[in-house]
Amino acid sequence: MEVLVAVSVGILVACAVYLLLRARSFSVVFGLVLLSYGTNLFLFAMGRLNTNQVPLTSMPGPYTDPLPQALVLTAIVIGFAMTAFVVVLALRARGILGSDKVDEKGSDV
Amino acid sequence: MNLLLVLPVLLPLLSGAALLALARPALLPARIVSVASVTAQLAVAVALLTVAADGTIVSYAVGDWPAPFGITLVLDRLSALMLTLAALLAFFALLHALGGTDQKGAGFHALFQFQLLGLNGAFLTGDLFNLFVFFEILLIASYTLLLHGGGAARTRAGLHYVVLNLVGSALFLLAVGVLYGVLGTLNMADIALRVTTLPAENAVLIEAAALLLLAVFGLKAALVPLHFWLAPAYASATAPVAALFAIMTKVGAYAILRVYTLLPGTEWIAPWLLWGALITLLVAGVGLLASRDLRTQVAWLVLVSVGTLLAGVALFNSAGVGGALYYLVHTTLVSGGLFLLADLVGLQRREGSQLVSGEYPAARTWLGVLFLVGAAAAAGLPPTSGFLGKVLVMQAAFDTPVLPWLWTVILLGGLAALLALARAGSVVFWKSAQIPAVAPMPWLRSVPAAALVSAGLWLAVLGGPLAAYTAATATQLLAPQQYVSAVLGEGGPAR
Repeated sequence: MEVLVAVSVGILVACAVYLLLRARSFSVVFGLVLLSYGTNLFLFAMGRLNTNQVPLTSMPGPYTDPLPQALVLTAIVIGFAMTAFVVVLALRARGILGSDKVDEKGSDV
Repeated sequence: MNLLLVLPVLLPLLSGAALLALARPALLPARIVSVASVTAQLAVAVALLTVAADGTIVSYAVGDWPAPFGITLVLDRLSALMLTLAALLAFFALLHALGGTDQKGAGFHALFQFQLLGLNGAFLTGDLFNLFVFFEILLIASYTLLLHGGGAARTRAGLHYVVLNLVGSALFLLAVGVLYGVLGTLNMADIALRVTTLPAENAVLIEAAALLLLAVFGLKAALVPLHFWLAPAYASATAPVAALFAIMTKVGAYAILRVYTLLPGTEWIAPWLLWGALITLLVAGVGLLASRDLRTQVAWLVLVSVGTLLAGVALFNSAGVGGALYYLVHTTLVSGGLFLLADLVGLQRREGSQLVSGEYPAARTWLGVLFLVGAAAAAGLPPTSGFLGKVLVMQAAFDTPVLPWLWTVILLGGLAALLALARAGSVVFWKSAQIPAVAPMPWLRSVPAAALVSAGLWLAVLGGPLAAYTAATATQLLAPQQYVSAVLGEGGPAR
């Protein structure tokens, strides 16, 4: 299972880097989304991959670590808000600059 | 007294939330709440500065969850200094914004408060993941503040800034994940303890995390080669926002200082930082000479200051860090003031702040004197604080092998700043035609600019006490044992 998770994170991040390096805002936003997926999966795996173990120390062990889940939840919320913002910004840039190229000069008005 | 520690976070949070409720209907109540909140933050910051000045480190466990399980806020000399600096800069930037910038779009005051919430939180927190959260708060506020007022240039610079910082946030999370996976803790004091008892085979993972963090903080601080966003973003932002952003690059420097002084065994980071800083200085010097607009020029000056500052930090000795912190205070205030001043100059010429000869700005004597003071301070001429700061940093390099490189590059950076600013000043204030000015001088709006720019003089007058404080800060930072025991209690955490 470790190999599967590691490979998934790797593929997600590799696709994200490829998309981020393209100069169109849609690909870049898509790349950012994939990057945050990869990051979240990585963060989640940092509590080690366990099945059928309790997160509560008041019960008999062995235990699993619940903290990465709390971290990843925070990261998901923040990543979601940021993605929403960057989508709006990309749309606005498309409108104002007249192109979806990220380096578009546009006319300074 | 420990409750005082939460106020820099609570004040902007509550007033920002209140401002969201009353942002649309009336400007006057929003302005009153905003100014009152920033004034209160300044008072709290000064109170905290007096607490921290004698070297005590105060920690506050949020929600009474003991460290290292809960989130801790920690106040030491460095955080108190940064809090005061942020509040002082924000106070004057806000006064300038009252001149009309806050009417250019919705929600300016609320966003301004959230920006301060992120800044204050980042300076106070003692938890690495919480640092990430406060970074995100200050970033999302800065995204919207940067776009305040709209326009093509801002949108383009804003898009680059947002995308780069989102990638930076992802890298931050990866680094936090690695550190948690290896050490099982995110409390910075606890990290400092556990790294020392780490099995050797995991050391390389800590190194990887430390380098990832360097990339993240380097992006925030605009260290070459992660500096491309800075000049367009700062030059296109509205003046009070650009002035407030003068402290944003320093957040990166703050995080570098905080994290690497607490992480033992990361001394190998120093050469990376030093060479990065020196190359930043050279690139910034070239950018400064090439810029054709006063505001772009000030933006490149920020980058010059980043280079000088991080070169001092990278020495990681108490003289270097102390000198760099003195320089940090000076450069934040002076470059903030120069952004406000460039805006005033731009308002009164048909050519805006472009460096082409045109009309005199109205009241050119007054603005010219302010520009002279600001330029002398930014270029580091005696008797200003810029000179003192550079001397402190350069003195710290005595007895180190990098002395010739550091001296040459810092002096070259100063020369570039001097040339560029002298040319800018003569074009704007001397080479102009004798046409009556287009707009009357907004005298009231020049007060905050004057207060900030004159920091170049009054920081030199206060040079003794301030340099003593920053030297004590450096000593405290380089002996992290006190920080660790203040957070975790004597004898380490109870487990």
